[in-house]
Amino acid sequence: MSNWDRFLDSFFNLKVAAEYLPKIIEGFWLTVLLALCIVVTGLVAGLLLAVLRSFGIRVLNWLIIFAVDLFRALPPLVLITLLFFGLPAAGFSLTGFASTWLALSLVLMAFAEEIFWAGITAVPKGQWEAARSTGLTFLQTLRMVVLPQALRMTIPPLTNRTIAITKGTALASVVAVQEILGAAQAGVSFSFNPTPLTLGALAYLVLFVPVVLLGRWIETRFAWKR
Amino acid sequence: MTFDDFLSAFFSLDILRQAWPILLDGLVQTILLSLLVVPLGLLGGVILAVLSTIHHPLLRWPLMAWVDLFRALPPLVLLVFIYAGLPFAGLEVTAWQAVAIGFFLNTGAYYGEILRAGIESVPRGQMEAARSTGLSRGQAMGFVILPQAVRNVLPDLISNTLEVVKLTSIASVVALPELLFQARQAQSVTYNATPIMAAAVIYFILLWPVVRLLSRLENRQLAGRR
Amino acid sequence: MPEPIIRAQGVHKHFGPLHVLKGVDLEVAERELVFIIGPSGSGKSTLLRCLNRLEEPSSGSIHVDGIDMLDRRTDINKARQRIGMVFQSFNLYPHMTALGNVLLALRKVQKLPREQAERRAWAALQRVHLSDRADHYPGQLSGGQQQRVAIARAIALEPRVMLFDEPTSALDPELVGGVLAVMRELREDGMTMVVVSHEMGFAKAAADRVVFMADGMILEQGPPDAIFGNPQHERTRAFIRQIDRH
Repeated sequence: MSNWDRFLDSFFNLKVAAEYLPKIIEGFWLTVLLALCIVVTGLVAGLLLAVLRSFGIRVLNWLIIFAVDLFRALPPLVLITLLFFGLPAAGFSLTGFASTWLALSLVLMAFAEEIFWAGITAVPKGQWEAARSTGLTFLQTLRMVVLPQALRMTIPPLTNRTIAITKGTALASVVAVQEILGAAQAGVSFSFNPTPLTLGALAYLVLFVPVVLLGRWIETRFAWKR
Repeated sequence: MTFDDFLSAFFSLDILRQAWPILLDGLVQTILLSLLVVPLGLLGGVILAVLSTIHHPLLRWPLMAWVDLFRALPPLVLLVFIYAGLPFAGLEVTAWQAVAIGFFLNTGAYYGEILRAGIESVPRGQMEAARSTGLSRGQAMGFVILPQAVRNVLPDLISNTLEVVKLTSIASVVALPELLFQARQAQSVTYNATPIMAAAVIYFILLWPVVRLLSRLENRQLAGRR
Repeated sequence: MPEPIIRAQGVHKHFGPLHVLKGVDLEVAERELVFIIGPSGSGKSTLLRCLNRLEEPSSGSIHVDGIDMLDRRTDINKARQRIGMVFQSFNLYPHMTALGNVLLALRKVQKLPREQAERRAWAALQRVHLSDRADHYPGQLSGGQQQRVAIARAIALEPRVMLFDEPTSALDPELVGGVLAVMRELREDGMTMVVVSHEMGFAKAAADRVVFMADGMILEQGPPDAIFGNPQHERTRAFIRQIDRH
């Protein structure tokens, strides 16, 4: 057997591929589900915190800033580990899926809050004053005048950050979730052949290459005028 | 569960005293790891960014594909592929080697994108002025363009470096004894969450100042971009 | 007549479908100050940038100080040392002081030892009357001062020829005088200069020869008195009438 044949037999073994493809596809949909859950809860929570922060209640704002800093400074895998392996010591346990969902949502929340807040503060004061002078309430001004302008500014950095954090779903394999990487690793240890890993890597590319290209497109589409 | 139970599960001084030496070991490894992978990633980034200034279609598309490939692949997937996959191709790699290769590819792609944006932000006239005084292309790049490029994207570079240092925690998956790995070891021996909590606190103390600095720089950047 | 220090022959330049230079011949003698005028888009700046090969001519030949600039075997970085260039937008390196700007090529291209390089850099800054601003960054200098530092950066390399690409167009009117004064001193010291500019007063006072370009060709050239006082070509007349109105 030539080196090339051996290489193909290891990494592109069709028999192994056929056997483990269904598992990888299951993992694929689990990854998609996990990613969507994280994106929704993370962005909503981030926006909520940014709006809360705009009320300017000092003690609350300190708490928000601290929470944001905390989840920006901690590695996501440390958070997942803490939730999955640590919480049982306090008497209740989360599944691997829930641990990853919660941990990455908190991380995305922190980054999203920071970006939303920067967007809100970048809207000139005159916009607030003009809107309030026409009789709009604080919340109406925020919702109808400030946020629409702020959100447009935040789209490019938010997209890139969301993509980066969503890729963290692979970390769920560490806490025994059978998402793509988890399924692939299980496949390797059963078949003694790395083809499931190749399939897994391809599955991630199928999922994330379009997303990365979307991110590029958004970056040029919403490019800042310098 | 009483408050005392909670304290002894997460903040037990006794456990901390036992686990401290190996946590410290882990911290040293994490710092060494960061000192290895940040320069490696920067090196990869500079190579990619400088190559991208050669505007040739035969170079441009492969380069873009390369960068997007490693931006789409979750770093953990890449790392597992290298560590668990390469041995099947007859290439035994140690955990350190796998981490070095993986980070060179992954973080290199990110640093590369950032530096490319930085280089593009330097006015064309700078290269021309430098060339007109007889500097070679490489000299002009090294002495005139790159220093300005780095300055223009410094917040993004710092932000990415923060992410890289946090990302070193995935080395625990390939049993490299860095901080998180050691904390998990201690936790599984003591059945107590204190070591993981301690690791989280160490990460936070280490990285909080960077997060503070960044949030200041980023706010200024977004406000300035309007 | 002695061999000209610049000899450009039949220079063409295409930018995609655009034909920007259509066979330009230009000779410049040593110690001569040649002034190039013409409407925007006439190819003046492109011609200047072809002379030190910042732009690659599509065809033709260019010799400067006996060196074939378009020969692949020519060490272009070495050749450019003999040709100083000053840009419309100064292009000073914003991350270096005035002295740093002047020093860079002395140290890295000419590889002079630090002390000697610094002596040369100081002398160059003195010639543009800015030695008291040596430790200032470009951002701390006025436009006129920045342009004078840019001139110092070029002359420190002791070039045989200086090219000026609209050196005063980006300046506020009150700052133009200082730059022109420095250029006049250079001229008096015997520097060979090619200047693309709209400063007609300077052309009349200092130029040996004025070249009028339009549509990528040299239409007319001669002493300033002749070109400004009695232009032969219709396009030249129209251009000068328009300038005079300002």
